[in-house]
Amino acid sequence: MSGQEIGLAVSVFLACAVEAVEALTIVLAVGVTRSWRSALTGVGAATLALAVIVAALGPALTALPIDVLRVVVGGLLLVFGLQWLRKAVLRYTGLKALHDEDKAFAEETDAARAAGRPDAGFDGYSFTIAFKGVLLEGLEVAFIVLTFGASQHNVGLAAVAAAVAIAVVVLAGVLVRAPLARVPENTLKFFVGVMLTSFGIFWGTEGAGATWPGGDAALLVIIPGVALAALGMVRWLRRAPGVQRPLGETA
Amino acid sequence: MSWIVRAARAVWDFVVGDDPLTAFGVVAALGATALIAGAGAPAWWVMPVAVLALLGLSLRRAAR
Repeated sequence: MSGQEIGLAVSVFLACAVEAVEALTIVLAVGVTRSWRSALTGVGAATLALAVIVAALGPALTALPIDVLRVVVGGLLLVFGLQWLRKAVLRYTGLKALHDEDKAFAEETDAARAAGRPDAGFDGYSFTIAFKGVLLEGLEVAFIVLTFGASQHNVGLAAVAAAVAIAVVVLAGVLVRAPLARVPENTLKFFVGVMLTSFGIFWGTEGAGATWPGGDAALLVIIPGVALAALGMVRWLRRAPGVQRPLGETA
Repeated sequence: MSWIVRAARAVWDFVVGDDPLTAFGVVAALGATALIAGAGAPAWWVMPVAVLALLGLSLRRAAR
């Protein structure tokens, strides 16, 4: 397995694991309070929809000429990666609240109870909430799988990494039988943001017609460079005068 | 609002997110890289510089 393929597999695995943790919280909430059967049917339907999106768009993307593909993929990875990185930096500095799975679980269960008693048979509320939760959390991962996989002509490897991440999170959820609140979500999101941004810089530059000094080895400089720069920005924002941190939010 | 407009908005929100200036900056930086590389000059440095500048500016806007 090449260095780029390892980067692909690790990035997709972590991105998928983080989103799966958030989806698990939603599914657990409606499953515990209303109907497991309807919630799991919603999960199955959303997973099928995501698989159809990957299966339909994957071959279309890989059919593009390599330079066009890399500039499109590089651009998309940069747009997604910078969003992940920006939010992670803001959470580290206390400018954005950290994602709290216990709090999210409590909010979802309150909403599920407030929606009235579940129907005796199929519970539409459980199905819809689980379907939407898994589809929305999974859509970004599906695009990361597609873009990373297509640029390496290895959508299969990206899909396997995503499937393993989902299996690990589901297994952990079954064992713990509670939201996975101890997962260091922001650290994982920061790492995924660094990887998406770094690969976006690398492939976008190559797709636009430029050549990296040292070829693929340039990634060994780009990845730590982006990580260090982002950590420097965390430090800068923590010390910057005039930055107002919302009350009740932690770094 | 027709479903086409709603779908277009959903795609826009999904891809661009809450910071359209950064998305436009990425497209502009890719264009600048292509122009410089097309002129035969080294252009590998454009994206790293542009991306870190875009991230810094985006964080600065968010912090205000």
